[in-house]
Amino acid sequence: MLIETINIVLLGMLALTALAAVRLHDLFAVTIMFGMYSLLAAVVFVVLDAVDVAFTEAAVGVGISTVLMLATIGLVGRHEQRPAHRPLLPLLVVAVTGAALVYGTLDMPFFADPAAPVHQHVVPYYLGKSPEQTGIPNVVTSILASYRGYDTLGELAVIFTAGVGVLALLGLRRRKRPSKEHPTP
Amino acid sequence: MRDNPVLRIVAKIIIPVILLFALYVQFHGDFGPGGGFQAGVIFAAGFILYGLVFGTEALRNAIPPGLLRFVIALGLVLYAGVGATTMLLGSDYLAYGALAHDLIGGQHLGIFLVELGVGITVSAVIVTIFLAFAGRNDP
Repeated sequence: MLIETINIVLLGMLALTALAAVRLHDLFAVTIMFGMYSLLAAVVFVVLDAVDVAFTEAAVGVGISTVLMLATIGLVGRHEQRPAHRPLLPLLVVAVTGAALVYGTLDMPFFADPAAPVHQHVVPYYLGKSPEQTGIPNVVTSILASYRGYDTLGELAVIFTAGVGVLALLGLRRRKRPSKEHPTP
Repeated sequence: MRDNPVLRIVAKIIIPVILLFALYVQFHGDFGPGGGFQAGVIFAAGFILYGLVFGTEALRNAIPPGLLRFVIALGLVLYAGVGATTMLLGSDYLAYGALAHDLIGGQHLGIFLVELGVGITVSAVIVTIFLAFAGRNDP
């Protein structure tokens, strides 16, 4: 009962934060709302016993992405511009997509159902064999780094590519302002 | 923010703690929550705090961009190099058992090196992205 109450309060606050982020027009406040949303999501992960995911969400979602969005707001200004067109068609597309996704969840196994396919496939093998095969107490680490080592190598390559892409597009050298070097008459 | 003494002093006190905590998360990931990715992000957060309080120019002086570019590749090369080493030792790619005499020891060493590679590349990429974004705000 206690867990249900905590979940309802957390998910309700998540929904309220999302609504506030949609309603606000000050982009600085919206960024802070996104940070709060990530923090609440991290707490939800803790309640679900997914502490590794919660750790990542708290560090990336609350910390890094908020700082990056604030840096971007510093470049583009903090006030949202009025949309030039009526957003009815995008609203329709979003509503239809959301309804399709909700319809898709009806076929999914119930939350924490032990008979769900995801709990029947390789997970029993990993949970049973990990202590004797790797000797590492944290099964998340042994799955990520050993059993799923190829996947993690691929993920690291994705992060590497993201860094190279940012370097190629933006670069790290500070751009000299052309107006100061070559004053236009 | 550079003229605010409270921010400067608090940042100077807290940055070493953040970096130490990142190292703890990195090397304690086998036993508790955490691992290379989380540790890399926290390590980068320490540098980002430095950049926010003292300015991106000071951060760029602390970590030269050339070094950063080298470190981005270093982590991925370390990860892929562990796989190449196990192949050279006559086993499958990323089969850590070949790294030591017994399976458990090989797994420990392999996972340690692989997580270290993840942490190195993640922290360098995030500092790079921060510098690329926030460096544009400089006058």
